[in-house]
Amino acid sequence: MTHATLTRGESAPATAAGPAGRARRTARRRAALQWIAVHALGLAAAAFFVLPFVFVLLTALMSDNQTLTRDLWPHPFVWSNFRTVWDTPGFLTWWRNTLVYAVAGTALTVVSSLPVAYALAKFRFRGRNLVMVLVISTMMLPPQVVIIPMYLFWTKQLGMDGTLWPLIIPMAFGDAFTIFLLRQFLLTVPREYTEAARVDGCGELRTLLTVVVPMIRPAIAAVALFQFFYCWNDYFGPQIYASSNPGAWTLSYGLESFRGAHHTDWNLTMAATVLVMAPVILVFFFAQKAFIEGVTLTGVKG
Amino acid sequence: MSAVHPQLRARRRKAALRNLAFLSPWIIGFSVFFAYPLVSTVYFSFMHYNGFDAPTWSGGKNWSYVFRDYPLFWPALRNTLWLVVVMVTLRVVFGLGIGLLITKIKTGAGLFRTAFYLPYLAPPVAATMAFVFLLNPGTGPVNHILGGIGIPAPGWFTDPHWSKPALTVLALWGIGDLMVIFMAALLDVPKEQYEAAELDGAGAWHRFRYVTLPNISPIVTFAVVTGVIQTMQYYTQPLVAGKVASGIIGNSGQQFEPGYPDRSTLTLPQLVYNLGFQRFDYGSACVVALVLFVLAMAFTALLMRRRSGFLGED
Repeated sequence: MTHATLTRGESAPATAAGPAGRARRTARRRAALQWIAVHALGLAAAAFFVLPFVFVLLTALMSDNQTLTRDLWPHPFVWSNFRTVWDTPGFLTWWRNTLVYAVAGTALTVVSSLPVAYALAKFRFRGRNLVMVLVISTMMLPPQVVIIPMYLFWTKQLGMDGTLWPLIIPMAFGDAFTIFLLRQFLLTVPREYTEAARVDGCGELRTLLTVVVPMIRPAIAAVALFQFFYCWNDYFGPQIYASSNPGAWTLSYGLESFRGAHHTDWNLTMAATVLVMAPVILVFFFAQKAFIEGVTLTGVKG
Repeated sequence: MSAVHPQLRARRRKAALRNLAFLSPWIIGFSVFFAYPLVSTVYFSFMHYNGFDAPTWSGGKNWSYVFRDYPLFWPALRNTLWLVVVMVTLRVVFGLGIGLLITKIKTGAGLFRTAFYLPYLAPPVAATMAFVFLLNPGTGPVNHILGGIGIPAPGWFTDPHWSKPALTVLALWGIGDLMVIFMAALLDVPKEQYEAAELDGAGAWHRFRYVTLPNISPIVTFAVVTGVIQTMQYYTQPLVAGKVASGIIGNSGQQFEPGYPDRSTLTLPQLVYNLGFQRFDYGSACVVALVLFVLAMAFTALLMRRRSGFLGED
């Protein structure tokens, strides 16, 4: 600090005595140049991130023959591609299945994980750190680690092959990532609030539901979004359990077979791709803040 | 004294029951969907089992098969190493760069941030199919453009030397999560430290090197370790890329050998699928699953050691 003040002390007379206006002009010009450089870089980066979407959308609107040409702008615009995809046998069923999986999975995950996260954040008991270690460990494991016994369990013992139930039912028993994230957030809720509720004679469950839940709404929104996206994007789960029955496929899984059915019809394949991406992006625009807060929480807090 | 004791014990028992009740979903889930199948995976790794005949003891045969004779194991492990070294490094560097850029952008910051973030949300199957199309050597727009400006265009997903770089481009496109994490960390760096450095006459590079980096180094570590763990789980993108680029038709194709082209996109999780659900060799599939388990656990332990705050004493 003293060193910094000294430096300023030494250089001050030089600027004051010399042409102060020129120094200020140079500084302003440098700021302007930096502004231009930063925003030019920003535009280049934006092109990298946005152009793939643009190309996909443009291809989705091309005629069959045009996709293989060098021409990047569709003429004519074939809006009926979306109609064709929508009317493909199975597409609506996949939509419905995906929605059921994502909505039921999200609801079950949040409801079952919340009390666990609350206990880990607010109760003191022996073995709490061990539970935390186990939660974090399972969160980091790929689903393939235990898939063989799980598959045998659901299909050979319970006969649930060709359904999405083996994916939905486990979500009623807590999800490690959701528990972890909710707990990180619950740690920030001041103890006074829960203590006050307890003094008023609230049971723990009532405290959680009536005092804590309203306070952590953003966190609940964030974990719900994460889980919804996880289900929507899941490819491995449906591949293992639903592949034998196209009536149980989800969009993520069916999308690839769509390409199969239409061979090299890239325009229709890209139209289907747009229809799978669109809902996720729409959800994001409505819940952008909660989502970004959630992502930040995974890395920064704790 | 003696009057307090039973009361205290009763209260303790009540608290223990309450803890148990709150934790019960996780206790059941952990036992049924993790502990039991993990033990079972170890058991099956020593059994010969094809799903139809009763399992029979096979000793270390599955283990020696996977490590010595299964032709896909070592290519998958080599690919994983490549991805850890190249893809994870580039993702961290690029994520930090984009994070820095977004903190410097003054005009239209919200718009830029959304544009940078959006690809992260694209469903992996859809994003992968889009990239296989965009980077399609003969007909894709990217190679049309490259050809137009006279750059020799690579074969991307159809060339074994370019398939992993193509996957890396796809991974860089979805950098949104890292960008947000780095952005938050960068905004947390105390302003006074920059001002002090500037008064000391530190240039942009020195400010980055001696102020920014030391402040965000925990987040860099976090990004590297979670990146490695994610690489262990890397499944959907390489599988779909290989399948679509190879022109394999449909989902029912059980004969599809993963890793197209020339095993260059194989990853360990794909082997579990290949052994278990295409070759019906559940025993060997469990061996690979355990290799995956050990690798993932090793890096998770590293993560928890480096970031003890992860566990968080309140």
